Amino acid sequence: MKNIHKFINVREKVMRGVFLFSAVFSILALATITVFLFANGIPFIAKTGVGKFLAGMKWAPLADQPSFGIFPMIVASLYVTALSVIFGIGVGLLTAVALYKFVPKKIVAPIRQVINLLAGIPSVIFGMFGMTVIVPFVRDYIAPTGVGYGIFSASIVLGIMILPTIVSVSSDALNSVPESYYEGALALGATKEQTTFKVMLPAAKSGVFAGVVLAIGRAIGETMAVIMVIGGSPELPESVFQSVRTLTANIAMGAMELTTDARAALIACGVVLFVFTLLLNVSFSFLKRDKTEKSAKKEKQKTAATAEEQVEFSQEESLQKTLNPLQAATLQEDTTPENKRRQRNTPDPQPYRTEKEGEEQ
Amino acid sequence: MKNFTDKTNISAKDCNLYYGDFHALKNINVEIPERQVTALIGPSGCGKSTFLKIFNRMNDLVEGCRITGEYKIGDVNIFDKETDVNLLRKNVGMVFQKPNPFPMSIYDNIAFAPRTFGVKNRYDLDAIVEKSLRKADIWDEVKDRLKKNAVGMSGGQQQRLCIARALAAEPKILLMDEPTSALDPISTGKIEELVDELKKDITIVIVTHNMQQAARIADKTAFFLLGELIEFGDTEQVFTSPEDERTERYITGRFG
Repeated sequence: MKNIHKFINVREKVMRGVFLFSAVFSILALATITVFLFANGIPFIAKTGVGKFLAGMKWAPLADQPSFGIFPMIVASLYVTALSVIFGIGVGLLTAVALYKFVPKKIVAPIRQVINLLAGIPSVIFGMFGMTVIVPFVRDYIAPTGVGYGIFSASIVLGIMILPTIVSVSSDALNSVPESYYEGALALGATKEQTTFKVMLPAAKSGVFAGVVLAIGRAIGETMAVIMVIGGSPELPESVFQSVRTLTANIAMGAMELTTDARAALIACGVVLFVFTLLLNVSFSFLKRDKTEKSAKKEKQKTAATAEEQVEFSQEESLQKTLNPLQAATLQEDTTPENKRRQRNTPDPQPYRTEKEGEEQ
Repeated sequence: MKNFTDKTNISAKDCNLYYGDFHALKNINVEIPERQVTALIGPSGCGKSTFLKIFNRMNDLVEGCRITGEYKIGDVNIFDKETDVNLLRKNVGMVFQKPNPFPMSIYDNIAFAPRTFGVKNRYDLDAIVEKSLRKADIWDEVKDRLKKNAVGMSGGQQQRLCIARALAAEPKILLMDEPTSALDPISTGKIEELVDELKKDITIVIVTHNMQQAARIADKTAFFLLGELIEFGDTEQVFTSPEDERTERYITGRFG
């Protein structure tokens, strides 16, 4: 008997260890990656010199006099990201707005499905699509230089890739704006468009902004699709049609062939990229936390408001009881549509002097 | 299109309204006089809010809502194809049950309607904002914080802000859907005073659950029950010598 107890005890301890390990596995992975990056990258940056590395104009790791300047690639990364995000926001916001109130309800769900499917396509397929469709198109019809590979094509491909993020996040943000704002603005004589763009979108802006930050993170880190359409010359971008190389492309292109110092240089590139994405993710979670805190507050007040309403209704109920049963039944039925609307109408009164004052300044 | 004139009497003829299969309003005929306060009373779910929302066509937003009958403001047919629904809503302002200021500054809230209808000049906007806030008797409370976010105000202030916002569109009719049901007695009193003041220029139709309120502020009162208009007449007459037995039972609180 004793042995069995002992066995069970040990098994429990082992299982606990397994669970704990699973729980911390991702943390371990992140920590390992961070340590690997910094342990290999920082010494290299120190050796080359921060200024020479970050602000250096020339990337020639295999030359007799190797030079490891990544400034052109940082600029190229930011350039491509900015353009693709502008493109993504332009199309994505309009899509979200269209899904909000402007397309028949029946086709909203199918459209959302399709957009989500877009998010599941492997990036190499986006790259292929870019190479065979967008690059030739840009070359023949848009680029004055007659070259399709470059910033412009990469931005379009990336812009399409980040669409699902922007659409789904901003459309959720729009849908969480109280319906009472919408009705209020229409009741003042505003058109549907004016209502959406002047009231609903501004009210949803923090959510939309979070979506944009998330999309920026995706765009700056995307590698495969970008390599296939960007051209690849490590030069400082001067025009939107120029062939350049982003940080991600640089790492992926060199990772297989470079050794020793040059490879350390790539890892150092990784450090820079890592810091960028880390900053973006941190700011995203800040934005998100801000938002959830606000909606938690709203939720609290909503329940309070509903409680108030219930008191009101219970008074009416007693009134209904005094009516004859048939009338009362119809009355209850009658109440439903109005009630539903009333609940949707619930605004979110916030006590004076909350976080709003801070926002104002 | 036909424009809205100064004639703002409202008429509904053979009004029937359906939510899907549900017959919510039944054969209502009523003539609401201009520049007076008309109260719509009745137990909840009797269709009074629904009836109110016909006149700025907010029922258009409700899916499956079907309306028959003839509705006129002055000489304008509300549901005429040529009637611009946005212009209608500019002329027929609405105050909702729960205050719904937009999450923007007090100033921008008030300036929303004028801006929508093309007022861009800063001085004109300033003038409209001040005039509307004064009319709604809230100017003194907010004049120093016009740039502050409106959702930070108290419920009563928010509701008066919403009235000011509606007034900034210079409506000829104001529909009020239980505007004081979410407010404390002092704010309610302020809004009642306001209604009394506003009726000099504007036709007001107010839905209320509070019969004392109807008796205090309304010139005419309409009693609804189960989608039917039971009685309509001068408030005093409706409350002191109602013609219909059901009206009497409702206003005396002895229902059934």
